[in-house]
Amino acid sequence: MLRFALGRLLQAIPVLLVVITMTFMLVHSAPGGPFSADKAVPEEVLEALEAQYNLDQPLWQQYISYLGDVLQGDMGPSFKYPGRSVNELILSGLGTTAELGMYAMMVAIFIGVIAGVTASMRPNTAQDYVPMTAAMIGICMPSFLLGPLLVLIFGIHLEWLPVSGWNQIPGDKILPAITLGTGYAAYIARLSRGGMLEVLSQDYIRTARAKGLSEFLIISKHALRGGLIPVVAFLGPAFAGLLGGSFVVETIYQIPGLGRFYVQAAFNRDYTMILGTTVFFATLIILFNLLSDMLAVWLNPKLRQQVRGE
Amino acid sequence: MKLTSIASSSTLISAIALCLVSSLLLSGCGSSESNVEAGNRTGTLHWGNGTEPQSLDPHIATGVPEHHIIKALMEGLVHKDSESLGPTPGVAESWTVSDDGTVYTFKIRDDARWSNGDVHNAHDFVWSWWRALQPALGNLYAYMYFPIVNAREYYMGEVTDFDLVGVKALDDLTLQVTLDNPTPYFLQLLDHYSMFPVHQATLEKFGAPDERGTRWTYAGNMVGNGAFKLTSWEINRAIEVERNTFYWGNDDVRLNKIIFYPTENTTTEERMFRAGQLHYTNDVPIDKVATYREANDPALRVTPYLGTYYYRVNIREPHLQDKRVRRALAMTIDREKITENVIKAGQIPAYAMTPPNTRGYYPPISLSFDPEAARQLLAEAGYPNGEGFPVTEILYNTNEGHRKVAVAIQQMWREHLNIEVKLLNQEWKVYLDSESNGDYQISRAGWIGDYVDPNNFLDMFICNGGNNRTGWCNEEYDRLVLDVAPRAKTHEERMAVFTQAEQMLLDDLPVLPIYTYTTKHLVHPSMKNVASNIMDQQSYREIYLEGDQD
Repeated sequence: MLRFALGRLLQAIPVLLVVITMTFMLVHSAPGGPFSADKAVPEEVLEALEAQYNLDQPLWQQYISYLGDVLQGDMGPSFKYPGRSVNELILSGLGTTAELGMYAMMVAIFIGVIAGVTASMRPNTAQDYVPMTAAMIGICMPSFLLGPLLVLIFGIHLEWLPVSGWNQIPGDKILPAITLGTGYAAYIARLSRGGMLEVLSQDYIRTARAKGLSEFLIISKHALRGGLIPVVAFLGPAFAGLLGGSFVVETIYQIPGLGRFYVQAAFNRDYTMILGTTVFFATLIILFNLLSDMLAVWLNPKLRQQVRGE
Repeated sequence: MKLTSIASSSTLISAIALCLVSSLLLSGCGSSESNVEAGNRTGTLHWGNGTEPQSLDPHIATGVPEHHIIKALMEGLVHKDSESLGPTPGVAESWTVSDDGTVYTFKIRDDARWSNGDVHNAHDFVWSWWRALQPALGNLYAYMYFPIVNAREYYMGEVTDFDLVGVKALDDLTLQVTLDNPTPYFLQLLDHYSMFPVHQATLEKFGAPDERGTRWTYAGNMVGNGAFKLTSWEINRAIEVERNTFYWGNDDVRLNKIIFYPTENTTTEERMFRAGQLHYTNDVPIDKVATYREANDPALRVTPYLGTYYYRVNIREPHLQDKRVRRALAMTIDREKITENVIKAGQIPAYAMTPPNTRGYYPPISLSFDPEAARQLLAEAGYPNGEGFPVTEILYNTNEGHRKVAVAIQQMWREHLNIEVKLLNQEWKVYLDSESNGDYQISRAGWIGDYVDPNNFLDMFICNGGNNRTGWCNEEYDRLVLDVAPRAKTHEERMAVFTQAEQMLLDDLPVLPIYTYTTKHLVHPSMKNVASNIMDQQSYREIYLEGDQD
């Protein structure tokens, strides 16, 4: 298992290098610079600013020195927010985004697994169609629609929950978690239904039924572990996606997370911030993919043997 | 037996369920007191502030959200009165102006203190202004200092000795400022944050004075001279300022605390207001203005703003070089229809660059909506009934409001002039690039005044001015704006020069004025002494909150 993990981590190095290089080139070739503004910027000021951020050097030199800094864990200063480093900005939003992602994930797993398993127990009946139709709607419903809807119902009309904020007013985490989690719940429902259906047709389930076990025990003790393998494989990329894709929810609910930085950095042409967040998310995606693969290996005896045999 | 096996086999699900429920419970459900109610009780103002401030360094910051916060933390020599916008005492308790209008002598109040208790005097201004003029700092508002003798020269490096710049501390409490020309709006500039003083010891503690972005503006580090001091700055979440007890006017300040929220999304901001999370919103979504108006909701405050929404015409484009063509385009924009049917938020149709009543100045009116005359002009220019007129493109930065206006104008020109117009939207920075490179035909633009004076709107269009970007150049116009107006003896004479200059601009029309901006806010009824003026400037020293209002 250790060799498997190490091998995968080594593969990540060239991937990250490609990500950095491509992003660096794309960012620097985008029209408009970090210091262009509505009001004309005098030539002398522009030169002073560019010199301060090494933008007056040839591109390859900037690239080399950027790589060197990143290797030492320094993502550079933000161009948009003078005095703030990219590391500092990422750290300031990371906790919030990770927390939001975790709650959203819980919502997603909780709703998704229950819906998927329920559906798989009586395929092609109302018990299957109802949750699966709901799941389809959940996949189709974008968070920029679901969010305001939830806010209008629970925030403005019923006045049960705050309409925005994060950790400022009690209860302000509930609506964002549901908004962000719903789309993923729908995916998880479909995946767990598929996985469960496959497992439920296996011989060992027939054996369990023959022993006279209750349906509940069969599902919870025998089928779930195998049936949820597709879900586990999905969780890694999904969690990385939750972190990177939380921009809309963060904007709707005024949440001080990383997603807002990620998108705003591109609009601001905050070169170092764009690179920093991209590299950070790329690393996360690689790590979470690795974790979910390792979990899948652990859950699936067949894969476990393959890994040992390597 | 059964129970334990269930528990062990579904550990995953039950653990998740438990975590979820507990986390939701931890965050609680529904609090009985809203921000506004609690704020009214404790004297805390909840303020929607638009975006996360880029910086709180007054010599680096450039935006309106930054302005709102810096105004709470610092002050200049004078204040603008929140109704008349005339100068009232700030750090200077009084001032005199020499007969020729070029020498200002300020008497600094002897009870002026920094927020850490340090004595605050005239030398602070000399040092701060020296610092603001260091080129390495990248101060985009350095031009605010240029009326001062040798300030521009020092900034450009033509003068290296700061002693030659017209600012002197005659003694601890007397500051003398010498200007090149009588500049009637000079006192107004002093209330702009770019001319606010900074605390030398604090700046030097955190880096070189001309170093961009040191940590001196962080909560806990920052020392200011305003009515409030910075107590907390959580990025993208909130900035909190509390009463500064060392402030000379502290006895008159009635708020204890202000919390500024970076409310980037106006729809969210409006919902926050409805849910009692804000006293004051930075803006109102355009599509909600009508709803508030119909309901006659007193929370909605719409005020004319010192800003003009206009189109630039690139006169380097062959078919737009003829001023008859530009006039025809200007005369077929039905501005009333745009303000009343398209944007519908109280904007005022504009027929000149300078907004009406800018320091008593009313721009000349020579433009009107007249399709018949416009067709005639276009025909004279060689395009009878629009025939042969090249397809023309309107460039705007991606935004629903700009798109609506552009679509309306596209239709008006097609209907009245029979010409083909295409729309091109670009992302903000791309649009800025296209505009400043002259890579456009007609482009949307807006200008918000930094100070209330026609000069601020007219000096944009001098030859090769950085904000001109139209290719228009008229030496006589430059002479009027740069040489004649500053030397005018009386206010009337000066305004007459500006009228003459603006008339030249309107004869040539390198710009097509469309409307005068308005500012839109939602204000909670408990918030009192809220000013409405064309600078959209509030005075936190005067605002107070009255409870039991809902």
